[in-house]
Amino acid sequence: MVVQALIDQGVDTVFGYPGGAVLPIYDEIFQQNSIKHVLVRHEQGAIHAAEGYARSTGKVGVALVTSGPGATNAVTGLTDALMDSIPLVVFSGQVPTFMIGSDAFQEADTVGITRPCTKHNWLVKDTAALSGTIHEAFHVAASGRPGPVLIDVPKDVQFASAKYTGPKAMTSHYQPQVKGDIEGITDLVAAIEKAKKPIFYTGGGVINSGPAASQLLRELVEATGFPITSTLMGLGAYPASGDKWLGMLGMHGLYEANMAMHDCDLMINIGARFDDRITGRIDAFSPKSKKVHIDIDPSSINKVIQTDIAIIGDVGHVLEDVLKVWKSRGRKTEREALAGWWDQIGEWRKVNCLAYAQEGNTIRPQYALERLEALTKDRKDRFICTEVGQHQMWAAQFMGFDDPNHWMTSGGLGTMGYGFPASIGVQLAHPDALVINVAGEASWLMNMQEMGTAVQYRLPVKQFILNNERLGMVRQWQELLHGERYSSSWSEALPDFVKLAEAFGAKGIQCHDPADLDDAIMEMLNHDGPVIFDCLVEKHENCFPMIPSGKAHNEMLLGEAETQGVIDSKGSVLV
Amino acid sequence: MSALKIKKGSTSHSAYNLRPTFSDHEERHTLAVLVENEPGVLARVIGLFSGRGYNIESLTVAEVDHTGHLSRITIVTTGTPQVINQITAQLGRIVSVHEVHDLTVAGRSVERELALFKVTGKGEDRVEALRLADVFRASVVDSTLESFVFEITGTPEKIDAFADLMRPIGLVEMARTGVAALSRGAA
Repeated sequence: MVVQALIDQGVDTVFGYPGGAVLPIYDEIFQQNSIKHVLVRHEQGAIHAAEGYARSTGKVGVALVTSGPGATNAVTGLTDALMDSIPLVVFSGQVPTFMIGSDAFQEADTVGITRPCTKHNWLVKDTAALSGTIHEAFHVAASGRPGPVLIDVPKDVQFASAKYTGPKAMTSHYQPQVKGDIEGITDLVAAIEKAKKPIFYTGGGVINSGPAASQLLRELVEATGFPITSTLMGLGAYPASGDKWLGMLGMHGLYEANMAMHDCDLMINIGARFDDRITGRIDAFSPKSKKVHIDIDPSSINKVIQTDIAIIGDVGHVLEDVLKVWKSRGRKTEREALAGWWDQIGEWRKVNCLAYAQEGNTIRPQYALERLEALTKDRKDRFICTEVGQHQMWAAQFMGFDDPNHWMTSGGLGTMGYGFPASIGVQLAHPDALVINVAGEASWLMNMQEMGTAVQYRLPVKQFILNNERLGMVRQWQELLHGERYSSSWSEALPDFVKLAEAFGAKGIQCHDPADLDDAIMEMLNHDGPVIFDCLVEKHENCFPMIPSGKAHNEMLLGEAETQGVIDSKGSVLV
Repeated sequence: MSALKIKKGSTSHSAYNLRPTFSDHEERHTLAVLVENEPGVLARVIGLFSGRGYNIESLTVAEVDHTGHLSRITIVTTGTPQVINQITAQLGRIVSVHEVHDLTVAGRSVERELALFKVTGKGEDRVEALRLADVFRASVVDSTLESFVFEITGTPEKIDAFADLMRPIGLVEMARTGVAALSRGAA
């Protein structure tokens, strides 16, 4: 019944790991050919792979895990998907209904444990309710603000049979508002017409809304001529090659983007949530601007930053209406003032905030990514995943994304170990595409067991590891905040990554000389199979620009200038 | 269903909701939450409060519509206007929640709570206890030669006042139901 429901929901791939409490479902999977089951090596990997699959296709990702440890291993992935609004349906096995509560073998209170880390979850105690619940689960995961949902299915419920109902019979009272309020939209258009220093600040909501939303965003940006910046999660919604693009904003965002956010008079937030990585010090956040917030989730409005115009609705629907109203009122903007604003932005751009010096015989991590970008950017089917840390920020700074759904990273939760399994999910969804996971050696090791999955399914994922033998971002904070006392931020006893790759039956490449870098990258790209690329980089490089904790956008640090003591004691309690 | 007809709360667009959103002033609000009557739904609601650090002053829950499988949770909470707005929005986000109404914002409402008081004593104290119970319109639901159990209904403030008076006389135990609330009027 589970398999039939998945087929009817259009599912083609399920990531999972079997165990006693899900054997009946695995038996069903064994006896059919419509759905491909991908055996991961750890349940956390299953969830991240499903996230990569979902993020790169716009579809709902599906994972299947067993009871007890299977479900608890899934918790990190579920929380990650909840924070980044990734639609997932996760099935977990459960001990038979008559044994629930008896501390049975591999029993855990899965719905209790996953309640705060899913959008919704169900314990199905009656087989007759199973198919209806599955269809509702897909509806809940994908509609409104997307998110992960979990269905806990006891083993006796899996064995029993009942009448199957198709997706069409599903009714749900959960119907979030998608059309924006016309009053708010008209107010926004009026603000667009009068703005002298406007900026679009977009987020993952644009990506989640679908490709049409990105298209409408591009149309609106080009038509108004307003500058645009984006959060980490929103990269690709507006093309990085577009001339209105200011680059990413936030803690490690670009100087021009953060300065423009600080000085603007109209901020149009589209599908972003004023995360603390974005705002910096709240009371000094963009003090002179009128703030507009378009979000499908009413709880995002006024959560952190007080907005002047709030529009609750799906980004695609709202942008369509905004364009319609703005055009019908004569496509007005303050052209002269805008030209002045662009001049100011040009001044900020001249600061060249991403400048670094590639000198000597050591590869700078920025240089490695710049070369990776140069050698791969022409490939339309290039997908980039990342782990979490310095390399993630450098990848966001130095790699350009011209299309949505081509950038997979763990934003809200900041999950080390996300990128590798995510790259597996992406590659399965796009078998012929170039999928690269930009990683740090420490993050990568957190889910390295998935090499087995990559090799088993012959997934040519490229693991591009910037190896500085440090937990780079931790080390950077310890340097700036903790008197250079590098407590446990060393990667001691690292494996030989080339031998590690070979041990799994994959290819390993090591590169330490800047002169060899291009050839080594090409060797990686030309190899038809999974590759671990061990790129030995400068060990003490810091990631700039940086807005220190407790500081405002215009108090960015730009480089190796005086960085000691810039974060006061109040700021140092912030993470 | 008619028992469930409660007045729709005003929205942030309402002309009558003039509270500043980001003020430091703490307010006390009564929220009525209509939820799917299913296992775990109360855990979802209180998990939201504990997980996000909101206050619960009182909480009552009971099924109010058997055929529609709906329960009504009445929550009294305190917070700044911004926190109260967040609470209602976050509650509205829970998939099992059908409706959220801020009765304090929506207009006038009635609030009642029921409490049972056990008061022990002898002689003049017993007489005084009965006299006060009469003033507060509390009724005796159990009595022995040395004790009374009083039942009292009223606003939380009235019950607080009754407790303050009974305490020196011999209040030994008290049970309160928490607040039940409805908006006034026909709508």
